[in-house]
Amino acid sequence: MTTLDAAETRRPFAGRRVRLGDLSLQVVAGAAAAASCVLVGLIVWKVIDGSLPSIRVNGPAFVTRVAWNPVLGHELYGAGSFLFGTAITSLVALLIAAPLAIGIALYLTELAPRLIRGPVTALIETLAAVPSVVIGLWGILVLGPILRDHVEPALHDALGWIPLFGPPSSSGSSLFTAIVVLTIMILPIVSSISRELFLGVPRELREGALALGTTRWEMIRGVVFPYARGGIAAAMILGFGRAIGEAIAVSQVIGATVGIHWSLFSGGDTLASKIAESYQGGTTKLQVASLIYLGLILLVFSLLMNVGAQWIVRRVARRQGVGLNRGGLG
Amino acid sequence: MASHGITRADMAAVNLPRRRVVNRLMEGFTALAAVIGVALLVIIVWSVAKRGAHALNFDLLTKTPVPFAIGPVKQGLANAFAGSLVLVGLATLMTVPVGILIAVYLVEYARPSVRSGVSLVLDVLNGIPAIVVAIFVYGLFVVGHGQSGWAGAFALACLMLPLMTRSTMEVLLLVPNSLREASLGLGVPRWRTILSIVLPQTIGGITTGAVLAIARVAGETAPLLFTSSLVGTHVSWTPTHALQSIPVAIYELSESPDPADHARAWAAATVLLIFILLTSLAGRWIATRSRRRISTSR
Repeated sequence: MTTLDAAETRRPFAGRRVRLGDLSLQVVAGAAAAASCVLVGLIVWKVIDGSLPSIRVNGPAFVTRVAWNPVLGHELYGAGSFLFGTAITSLVALLIAAPLAIGIALYLTELAPRLIRGPVTALIETLAAVPSVVIGLWGILVLGPILRDHVEPALHDALGWIPLFGPPSSSGSSLFTAIVVLTIMILPIVSSISRELFLGVPRELREGALALGTTRWEMIRGVVFPYARGGIAAAMILGFGRAIGEAIAVSQVIGATVGIHWSLFSGGDTLASKIAESYQGGTTKLQVASLIYLGLILLVFSLLMNVGAQWIVRRVARRQGVGLNRGGLG
Repeated sequence: MASHGITRADMAAVNLPRRRVVNRLMEGFTALAAVIGVALLVIIVWSVAKRGAHALNFDLLTKTPVPFAIGPVKQGLANAFAGSLVLVGLATLMTVPVGILIAVYLVEYARPSVRSGVSLVLDVLNGIPAIVVAIFVYGLFVVGHGQSGWAGAFALACLMLPLMTRSTMEVLLLVPNSLREASLGLGVPRWRTILSIVLPQTIGGITTGAVLAIARVAGETAPLLFTSSLVGTHVSWTPTHALQSIPVAIYELSESPDPADHARAWAAATVLLIFILLTSLAGRWIATRSRRRISTSR
């Protein structure tokens, strides 16, 4: 080893002379990369910092308290009803979107004729590109009235004995409308990640199963699903994370009320939509801090979910050698 | 639940008709799911375009809104179009150089552990809800200084950065190593190799990344709510105070009870959709063209 080192230092041009150009590019580019990490840290710090006045007054009890009263002198704030609204809208949306999204991905990878595969893939990805404010506009002016006049009465008549399907809403703004809107928004995300996962399943495994005499569905159930299981879980977490963070479209259609209502056809609010509605300014310092506290809860959830999903994706990718990091980029 | 593995019962040939039926049913379900997905897009785009076409006229682009208008007053959203142009333009100018630099560092310089660490951070940044980014920028710039176009553009840039970096990294990784080695072997220093050999190869991909990131944030409302939303009705191009934007205008108009406001919201949504669809298409077109070039040069 030592002789090799010696030989290298004697080579005419190979000295480890530091070039100014090299140093400056590396330092500038490195600084940019460091800045992106600082940015994420700064976001976390600023959100904590902004919610401190509310944390001092309310403490952790804020998280579960069902109240939002900005009247001066009687101020009382809590995230309970918004946590409930976030959980119920996002979970039900995921429940509807996940099977549909996996169905779409299966159709595109296993069944679709080559000719329509490309266009349908592009169309589904275009759905992800539609801005949330446009989906919200459609949701409040077109979808809401249709759901109120036709779908909600029908569901109430058929399943009214379940508390979830109470009397239809009067305005068309309800948790249910928000659920439908969220379903539309996360559908293309979950399906495009699942599609990439299914494409990564080795051909010889599929062909092996089919050669053993399985039907196509048995092959999917026996080979494709087990192979892509971890990735599908990650795709769903990313879709769920997207749903809980959606502020604009939800605030347009959810009907902005405080309290826990078990009927899907009543109004509600989510963490994100409550923040978005209050953009024209809080009246007191405590109210603003409490809104930021809602943001802090949202941030914690989305960080946990993203790190979790990325951890799964990385583990799967290492095993399969597939790049799956394009989640949600449309 | 036997969700994986093929059980003996599944394979029993006696059940062949039943297995075929199940297979048919599931195939039918996947096709139905695809139809639903496409139908949703068609329904949304069609119902926006149908309503937007009525109100879509030249006044929308040239006239400004008239608050408390009584009767049919000619008004438009010129201030929102100008504002969106400035906000997205500034955000792009902030993001593109920084995104390229981060990608260059991660692909060309960083150790694998640093690379995967920083890309995890970027993925996390990509996953932070836009409304939280809005709160962050509100706390950073708006408290004490008031809303401004700069703050709005910075909030948009935070959302663009992970997309821009990711797409630049992807094309940098496509550049064949032999190219770098050839250049270094000729005695060209590393920084010159990166700037004048590697990066020119990736211009197509970088443009695609920028265009797709623009398409993504042009419709973002949440980051602008707390940073650039309290605006007047006049057309303004200066980012030192708050600028109106198309998404925020649609958001506000959609909550109005006045049908004339709804008409303008539909028209603005139509313009926004057309813009986003065209930019996404353009991005994809550039991507396929440049990918062809890289693969032929290899």
